[in-house]
Amino acid sequence: MTAPTTTWMTAAQVAAGVRDGSLTAESAVSDALDRIARATPINAVTDVLADRALARARSHDGTGPLAGVPFAVKNLFDVQGLPTRAGSRINRERAPATADATAVARMEAAGAILVGTLNMGEYAYDFTGENAHDGACRNPHDPTRMTGGSSSGSGAAVAAGLVPVTLGSDTNGSIRVPASLCGVFGLKPTYGRLSRAGTFPFVSSLDHIGPLARSVGDLQLAYDAMVGPDPADPVCTTRPADPPAPDGIAGLRVAVAGGHFLANAGPDALAALDQVASALGATAHVEVPEAARARAAAYVITTVEGAALHLDRLRTRPGDFDPDVRDRLIAGAMVPGAFYARAQRFRRWYRDQVLALFGGWDAILAPATPCTAPEVGQKTMLLGGETVPVRAMLGVLTQPISFIGLPVVTVPVPLPGLPIGVQIICAPWQEATALRIARALEAQGVVRAPRPGVA
Amino acid sequence: MPDDADLIAAATMLGIPLDPAWHEAVRFHLVLSLRAAHLVAEFPLPDEADPAPVFHA
Repeated sequence: MTAPTTTWMTAAQVAAGVRDGSLTAESAVSDALDRIARATPINAVTDVLADRALARARSHDGTGPLAGVPFAVKNLFDVQGLPTRAGSRINRERAPATADATAVARMEAAGAILVGTLNMGEYAYDFTGENAHDGACRNPHDPTRMTGGSSSGSGAAVAAGLVPVTLGSDTNGSIRVPASLCGVFGLKPTYGRLSRAGTFPFVSSLDHIGPLARSVGDLQLAYDAMVGPDPADPVCTTRPADPPAPDGIAGLRVAVAGGHFLANAGPDALAALDQVASALGATAHVEVPEAARARAAAYVITTVEGAALHLDRLRTRPGDFDPDVRDRLIAGAMVPGAFYARAQRFRRWYRDQVLALFGGWDAILAPATPCTAPEVGQKTMLLGGETVPVRAMLGVLTQPISFIGLPVVTVPVPLPGLPIGVQIICAPWQEATALRIARALEAQGVVRAPRPGVA
Repeated sequence: MPDDADLIAAATMLGIPLDPAWHEAVRFHLVLSLRAAHLVAEFPLPDEADPAPVFHA
């Protein structure tokens, strides 16, 4: 008997097949490696780990919630034996990692099998998915279009059906932007919820990791596999994971973010938001106070902390950076320190204001990106009648949220043409509520990850 | 608007070798960053407002 093809299976389906013996981990991994070999035009994968993956598959015991599920990670996650390149040329000279990142080890402890590392914007300072060293990652729905970044390969690999689940990181929107432009689900958990140990940092006070997938159930499986304390990450919480939420949305109070989040949304973003809001019966608008200023403060903290992280490399080998990244980091190094401290003080104030909103609401909706995927290489776009820079503006709707570490599930709305995402934003530690709402929307058919070339 | 002399002075203080060919792009990003910084700094906060350098949600 020939094993069924695993292409487009969810992680849950693959794992169920491996557990009941209708699939083997080896066949699931071989299928994924075949798909990766045929998908080079989208440029999502930077290292194929065939030997490692097949060895693990052959010795797999056929158990675990992610039994035999092939997955891949943004190339800032440590993988034993590989230098952690983080999208850069410079890091390729690092010593090979001596151990896997905590998140990779926990995924594999749950039965999953790592098959590759994924393209990303250099040092994660990117919203486009372009990379001067590895080439642009291309959107599976239209290869002339961006994936979004910086977890570009993480969005593209899932959207193209190479693997059912990937891991990415999100400092200002780097999971949610590619999830939106590639039309997949993404979870950016609460700041401190998932261990970042063994990942190359960008902005320590804003960095998160999380999964991307084609179903809410798969996001949940990956999240469950990774959640838990880790002394190796100083900000990782010791708070226990919450029990799974019930099905349905009865009793949940959901509002739509107004002001900044509507003013910076184009027609596709507003159409997607309307579909999601209507399905949830969310009619009230709430004002997230000073959201534009929050974005500005996130911008300042990012550029200054990023510059501080890379200062030695900027001093000794600035010519080896991606020029787009280098010029922003040099500018960040020149921002006076008083502005940085001021932004951190504003952050505390803003957090208190936004947390007060959650006294009245269980979730707040906002578009994830102002528009669907721009063209690869596109520098500016039209928004509200103004010409604005693509690179900075793709994060205009995500930055005010990650700035205070709120958990978000980005859900894909399959509009005619290209997909676009909507953020389901909850209070700190309420991932279960965001996942519950996403699951209800998925069950209603309002949100789903469209297959490239299929309406 | 920072001029070339400002950029050279800042780069010298930081110990970053600044190629003149990068001036225009660095200035563009510095202007964006400073615009954001001033937007934040002009917001009144009490002297007692604590910073959040390591954020705990």
